[in-house]
Amino acid sequence: MQISLPNSAFLGNIDAFLRSFDPSDPGRLRITFNPNWVSVHPIAISMTASLGLHMKGQKKEIICDTALAKSKNYLERMGLFALLGARQKIKLQEHEPAGRFIPLTVIKGQDELEKFIEDLVPLLHTTPSQAEAIKYTVSELVRNVIEHAKSPVGAVVCAQFFKKTSRVSIGVADVGVGIRETIGASYAVKSDGEAIKLALVPGVTGTTARPGGTEANAGAGLFFIKSIAQANRNFFVLYSGDSMYKLLKTPAQTRINLHADPEDDRHSFLEGLPYWQGTAVGVDISVADSQNFVELLNLIRKVYRLDVREKISQKYKKARFI
Amino acid sequence: MIASELTIGMHSEAGAFAQDKDKARQMRLERILPALKNGRTVILDFEKVDATTQSFVHALISDVLRQYGPDVLERLLFKNCNEVVRAVIEIVVDYMQKPPPVPPNGNGLH
Repeated sequence: MQISLPNSAFLGNIDAFLRSFDPSDPGRLRITFNPNWVSVHPIAISMTASLGLHMKGQKKEIICDTALAKSKNYLERMGLFALLGARQKIKLQEHEPAGRFIPLTVIKGQDELEKFIEDLVPLLHTTPSQAEAIKYTVSELVRNVIEHAKSPVGAVVCAQFFKKTSRVSIGVADVGVGIRETIGASYAVKSDGEAIKLALVPGVTGTTARPGGTEANAGAGLFFIKSIAQANRNFFVLYSGDSMYKLLKTPAQTRINLHADPEDDRHSFLEGLPYWQGTAVGVDISVADSQNFVELLNLIRKVYRLDVREKISQKYKKARFI
Repeated sequence: MIASELTIGMHSEAGAFAQDKDKARQMRLERILPALKNGRTVILDFEKVDATTQSFVHALISDVLRQYGPDVLERLLFKNCNEVVRAVIEIVVDYMQKPPPVPPNGNGLH
């Protein structure tokens, strides 16, 4: 297998990075770096780390090329080389500008998730209200991995704050069973792509074929995360097996409309990609003051909103707040 | 004599960011459902809870709504909810009373 961290791989241009992944020869993993500059989204770092950890766990060979680019310091501070046990000759400066990040963290259980979320806000230097969408996103994505992925390395998470664009980029990767197997437990899916699209529909969960889910799973988690990205006019990427769904940015002048069916969103969709055994999610979230998490939740509610006839029926009740 | 109301403090059970589904499930099974079964009113007090997740609230109340129907909302009350918590609860209460949208491939069932 080979994974190559390129000059640039953010969610907008992540396709080339995914296509460059070579899953053949599973007995060894080689990690290479663009020699001039490496600037990548946390999803790329999380994927690289999760794959490396999986190989380490199986005591298989990892060849980590020497990173030459100056930006290798960023990968070092993200904890990539330490996690893989790969030595690099790097002398870190104490105060580098790219200081607002969450280094690679492996989360295998609820207690670790709770601790991670606790530490998240001060590390990113956001205000508590700005952090709501970020905490929400990380919590739901990691919880998905813990509950459904059966990933031998757990969830591998990292995040980066970009001051210039007031954006936090989050990457969560696992090397578990993948979405097709999870959704396929309850739905007849013929491909990874079909499973990915189903997983994004609210009310669909692999734990039951009953629409609306079980008492433990509503099948709404990924729909919520996609909606958070969409309401912020940002990207969201979901990659599993040989397929990737990418929510594209909603243009500034276009009204935000959330859709239950991911096909109705402005998106790109690729099948036949190199096979990723597991799931990787990348999401960007704006943290500008104008972003209001409550407004976003109200937008999401509209997707579920009952029509007038249902509301005036005697059976419908509102939650009572006292 | 058994009090007619049971108040559960969410902050002490689940913290300022209520997201642990396991704790939500435990509260539902060990406290909420037994109290409702005994005819009591249950008050879920979200004081000091800054935010919560849909999956937490779903694990907390969806099966209560499923078992008892929407009428249970007459005696399952939500107290001291900020805007975020309130919005999440309203989403869960809404979708538990409405069939979810049909998946793209029909019902897709095995």
